[in-house]
Amino acid sequence: MKCFDVLIIGAGIVGSAVARECALLGWRVGVIEGGTPAGAATAAGMGHVVVMDDSAAQLALTAFSRSLWRAESTKFPKSVEYEGRGTIWVAADEEEMAEVGTRQKVYEEAGIAASLLTAAELAKQEPNLRHGLAGGLLVPDDGVVYPPAAAAFYLAEAKRLGAEVFYARALSASHKQVRLSDGTELTADRIVLAVGTECDLLPALPIQKRKGHLIITDRYPNFLHHQLVELGYLKSAHKVTDDSVAFNIQPRQTGQLLLGSSRQYGNEQPEAEAEMLRRMIDRAKQYMPALEKLSVLRVWTGFRAATADKLPLIGPAAGLSEDSSLWLAAGFEGLGITNAPGAARLLVDGMLGRESAIDATSYLPIRLTEPARLAHA
Amino acid sequence: MRAEVLVIGAGPAGIAAATAAAENGCKVIVLDDNVTAGGQIWRGATVDSANTQDVAKQRAMERLQRSGAQVLNGRSVFSADASGTVQTLQETASGNVVEQFHFEKLVLATGARERFLPFPGWTLPGVFGAGGLQALVKGGYSVAGKKIVVAGTGPLLLAVATHLAEDGAVISSVLEQATLAQLAPFAASLWTHPAKLVQGARFRVKLWKTPYRAGCWVIEAIAGSGQTLASVRVTDGTRTWTEPCDLLACGYHLVPNTEIAAFLGCAFRESFVQVDSAQRTSLPNVFCAGEPAGIAGLEAALVQGEIAGLACAGRSHASLQRRSAAERAFGDRMEKAFALRAELRSLPRPDTIVCRCEDVPFARLQGHQGWTDAKLQTRCGMGPCQGRICGPAIEQLLGWRPVSIRQPLFPVPLQAFCFPDASENNTTELIKEKA
Repeated sequence: MKCFDVLIIGAGIVGSAVARECALLGWRVGVIEGGTPAGAATAAGMGHVVVMDDSAAQLALTAFSRSLWRAESTKFPKSVEYEGRGTIWVAADEEEMAEVGTRQKVYEEAGIAASLLTAAELAKQEPNLRHGLAGGLLVPDDGVVYPPAAAAFYLAEAKRLGAEVFYARALSASHKQVRLSDGTELTADRIVLAVGTECDLLPALPIQKRKGHLIITDRYPNFLHHQLVELGYLKSAHKVTDDSVAFNIQPRQTGQLLLGSSRQYGNEQPEAEAEMLRRMIDRAKQYMPALEKLSVLRVWTGFRAATADKLPLIGPAAGLSEDSSLWLAAGFEGLGITNAPGAARLLVDGMLGRESAIDATSYLPIRLTEPARLAHA
Repeated sequence: MRAEVLVIGAGPAGIAAATAAAENGCKVIVLDDNVTAGGQIWRGATVDSANTQDVAKQRAMERLQRSGAQVLNGRSVFSADASGTVQTLQETASGNVVEQFHFEKLVLATGARERFLPFPGWTLPGVFGAGGLQALVKGGYSVAGKKIVVAGTGPLLLAVATHLAEDGAVISSVLEQATLAQLAPFAASLWTHPAKLVQGARFRVKLWKTPYRAGCWVIEAIAGSGQTLASVRVTDGTRTWTEPCDLLACGYHLVPNTEIAAFLGCAFRESFVQVDSAQRTSLPNVFCAGEPAGIAGLEAALVQGEIAGLACAGRSHASLQRRSAAERAFGDRMEKAFALRAELRSLPRPDTIVCRCEDVPFARLQGHQGWTDAKLQTRCGMGPCQGRICGPAIEQLLGWRPVSIRQPLFPVPLQAFCFPDASENNTTELIKEKA
């Protein structure tokens, strides 16, 4: 039986980032992938590296993790397509413009660069937006990446440092033992579940699938310069019940445009739905009418791994499992790309008992267990 | 718009299916993406020529018209679902028109396209697909006086060479990768298919001066000054030589157009849609006829189409089963005769482009776990053609079966997705954009 210091189940962007972080410590690292590496949520997502402020804890993690992306941005291979495009949060009317001001202050206090754009400045930055929008908030240090290549980069780095990758499904993972579908048995002091929405190995994981649709166009270089997100996006993303859509568009290095977004609970069908697409496109056209003429190459869906409080599960599985060898890096919802490097760092800090750059207690899985919830009530 | 039987594709299989269903009382609509019916094989054929195929086409078209089936040209299907709707896009002078069709039964008669295999220089100007060049010539492109090498594999090569010669081209050679030994049983079996033999004879009459070399293939297309094709390197496996030419028409037989079937979730048998003796797919209301059910040529398409049409109308097709089986056997022999040789897999160099949409060279495709992995890491097959060209090539080169067909089935304007809800209105709705 092969022995490791840590076994990571799942070679999506989070599992791959964790693998590299562990390999950097000189640990013996094993990575287990039952499907295509970076083939699930990592492949389906947009690749927006973005600071979000739904809660103080979300702001802290996204800001920390974004700083790690930026620090490394010159080291990535070309395929990662990292570009510091910046995000513009678009305000449709004066009411939203007032919110932009509030938001800028929050960012300022957190040390995040953000500047107000007037209606005229917004039009100048993004001429394809419709006239009559109120303005926006430019967050210049946000970025765009191609997630499958970023995940592959982390995994290649881990391998370069000695990590071993097993292409088989993990049938069971508990008490330092992992059994694979090809009969291999592995053992490790710690097992990390970086499983996205697949909860078979630990059914107690408090993760729900949240379906999303995305559209990619043909190449239209210079049609768009920043990632644009309507200010209402946060409201849409925050909602935990109804299906919702929001205008969210990203310029790819290829000149293609990636258009989102939709959020649905309780729908586990992978098919793209005409009704959601129509709603998404209608919403987008309200901001960018010129889009309707652009040629669409492909439409797809994916599933975000959502938790009840919109924060990920990073740390020991205590509270969800009696098994002290089990660790979690899961439940990233729509921020798995942004938060992957930060989560990897926090997880390893936790394993080493090392102090973290930010307060990691908000992301501990134990917070979502029954006793913890009762204590809060 | 509502049809009892909706047929996608107005080639021989679709025409036969529509005719049979309509003659037996069904309300039939045929959707085709070309400007006129006929498909690839009957494209541009005219009545006034002495061509036997033209007569066959003429007869089939007249019978189709009498049957009452409605043919709608210029409609490309970009989305469909097995519960009974198909969405099409039509480009008109006044803009794009999106239409929705409802069906009880669907016949997929989507035909086949040419297979391309990458080799050094295959992306040079002057290199065409064999069928591709023929289609261009039918559309008015002049090859008069041009020196052309026709290469690849399959019965299409002779047909293309004949057609190009008729249009004034000088065919310097026809290179068939299959060996004579491989071709012999197939050629011998043609005695049982007189129609095919007549066609073959016609080709030989037109091309009596042109060398037909079996067991030979192009290993490289070489540019002259001006970066256009000047010559090709050819081998028979032991010897290599150079043939100067203005154009190369190179195609490796056919791959079926199975995107709609795959998108609907029909079961497959290797590369083909799985059908029963009634041409019914694994989905009870979806039928498939012609090349997508197995490459077997014109006669197979006609008989399979007729069977599908009769089955849709609830009529017996027992009397057609013998003919159908014979044509299927012909298809199997053809498949064996033109099976691709292993050497073709080693033609690309590391820098040979495999995916032209996304400029992915052969070297970048190696070392991946499979198609999905390679696709995610290189974007191979993610461009406008959605892997229709590189997919079959990669299947040959690396053994990966193409995966995941996504809508739209071909690029459409974003607006095409904003079709009014089907539940609101059951009749055809048009979205007219300003041009």
